[in-house]
Amino acid sequence: MMGEDPENFTQADIDRAIRYLLPSGLFDKQARPIMKHPSEIFPPQKETQVDAEGRPFHYLFYTGKPNFFSLMHDAYAKLLEIQAIEDKMLAKGIYKPDIEPLFLKRSLWLSREDLVKMVIEDVTDHDYNRLIRLLERIIQQPYAKHIEEFVLQFRRDIMAAGSKEVIEPLKYDDNGIAFSEGTGKRKTAMATVTVRDRGTGKVFINGKGLLDYFKNIQDREQIMFPFQFVGKLGDFDMECTVEGGGSSGQAGAIRLATSYALRSFLPEEQIEQMRQAGLLTKDPRVVERQKPGQKGARKKFTWKKR
Amino acid sequence: MKIDDPLHHPDYFNVKDLFTLQDLFNAKVHLGHKLGVLNPHMKKYIFGVRQKMCILDLDQTMEHLQLALNVTAHIAYRKGIIMFVNRSLQFTHLVEKTAHECGEYAHTRYWQGGCFTNALLQYGPETKLPHLVILLNTQTNVFQEHTAVRDSAKMNIPTVGIVDSNCNPNLITYPVPGNDDTPVSMELYCKLFKEAIMRGKQARKEKDDIAKKLADEHKL
Repeated sequence: MMGEDPENFTQADIDRAIRYLLPSGLFDKQARPIMKHPSEIFPPQKETQVDAEGRPFHYLFYTGKPNFFSLMHDAYAKLLEIQAIEDKMLAKGIYKPDIEPLFLKRSLWLSREDLVKMVIEDVTDHDYNRLIRLLERIIQQPYAKHIEEFVLQFRRDIMAAGSKEVIEPLKYDDNGIAFSEGTGKRKTAMATVTVRDRGTGKVFINGKGLLDYFKNIQDREQIMFPFQFVGKLGDFDMECTVEGGGSSGQAGAIRLATSYALRSFLPEEQIEQMRQAGLLTKDPRVVERQKPGQKGARKKFTWKKR
Repeated sequence: MKIDDPLHHPDYFNVKDLFTLQDLFNAKVHLGHKLGVLNPHMKKYIFGVRQKMCILDLDQTMEHLQLALNVTAHIAYRKGIIMFVNRSLQFTHLVEKTAHECGEYAHTRYWQGGCFTNALLQYGPETKLPHLVILLNTQTNVFQEHTAVRDSAKMNIPTVGIVDSNCNPNLITYPVPGNDDTPVSMELYCKLFKEAIMRGKQARKEKDDIAKKLADEHKL
C-alpha cells in the first residue's frame, strides 16, 4: 500500500506515516510560544550603588533619592546659567532678549508617574510639585531658549503626531465649479451635505427648499451659522440629504456636515477658529435611557411619606 | 617626603595657611544674630554685643576652624566618607556643588528619619555611614536643631559644625563659631573645607603612588 513494505515496517516508518497522515502544527516554528523579554516584565531596578569599599557612587546617595535630587540640582544649575546670560546681556545694554521665547503650547509637564519611571525612585507629590515649580520658574526666564533641550525632556506632547486630521482636497465637477462633501450626525439624524463654490446662497434639503423644509426659525439659523461664521453667507450653494431624527436633530446634523465640508475651502486659521467656536465638534448629547424603579431618565415615582 | 606618622604631626596638612583672621573678617564671619536669640551655650564664643547684635570672637573661631580643617584633611587622607549637611535653602546648590567637586557627599534635602539610625534597612547591608559630617548650618529651615547633630552623636560619627550665636554647640565634636547666613561666609567655608579635603586626598594619592612604586621595585 502506498509503496510501503509491510514486512519491514520499522518504528521510524510508523512515525513518518503518522506525520504524513495526521500533520500537526504543534511542532511548527510559528506555533512556539512567544515570551516577552525580561526587561519588559520586571520593573527597572537600580544597579549597585556602592563600590567594593562601601563608598556610594552617587554624591547625593544619603538623601535616599539621589536621581531625583540630582535632577533638581541640575535644573537649578540651568536656571543660574540663563540668569547669568541675562545679567551679561543687561550689562552690555541689551534689554530685550535677542532670542525667541520657548514654545510649549502643544505640550504638558510630565506626570508624577512618568517622573517615577524616569528616576526609578519614589517621588512624593510634594517633591513632584517642587520640581514643577522650579521648571515653571525656568521657562519664564527670557533666555530659556538656551536650555530648550533640558526643559523638553520634562514635557509631553498633548496630541500624538500621527493623529492629525486630514482635510479632503476640493473636488471639481464638469462645469469646473469646486465642491466639497461632508457628513454629520446629531441625536438620531444623519446628514450628507454638498457645498458648491460660486453660488448664491441656495439651500436644498431632500429636494425641498430651506423655508419649506424647516418651519422653525431656530433650525434655519443653525443651518445658516457655519456660512455666517466664516463670513461667506451668499458665496456657496448647499445641497443635502438628511434622514432620521426630528427637526432640531436634523438641523444640527446638517450644520455639522456643512462645517466639515466648508473646511476644504478655508485657510487653517479659520478652521481653527471654527473648532474653537464648536462648529467641528459632534454634539454628544443623546436621549438618556430610562432606569428601572423610575418613571423616566430622571423622573421618580411619587414619593410617599408613609 | 614626609616620613613621620601624620597623626603625630600637629598640622600635617598645613591648614593654618588656608586662611587668615583678615579673611574671616572680610567674609563677615564674626556677625552673629540678635541678643534675644543668643543660645546660652554660645556665650563663651561671643566677643561682645553692639546695638543688640552679637559679635563672635574671631580668635576663638580661628582656633576652632583650624582644628576642624585639620580633622577634615586627616579623614580625607584616610579615605573617609565625608558628608556636607545644610538645610538652608539659599545655599543648597553651593553645598551640593562643593561636595560633588571634591568627590564627597552632600545632604541638603529633607532628612529622612532613619538616614543614620535605620541605614541598614533603608540603604541595604553594604553601605557605610559617613566618617565625618560637616554641618554648614546646624539648624533646619524652621530654626530647630538639625537631626543630623543628634543622630551623628548616636552613631559615633564625629561632626564639624558652623555654629551661629543662636545654635547649640553641645553635641558637635568640632564646633566652629561663625556666621552661617551670609553668602560670603558660606562661600569661604565651602572653599576652605574643599581645599582641606583635596589636600588630604592629594597626600593619600602621593603616598599610595610611592608605596606602589616600592612594591613594583621589590617585585623586580
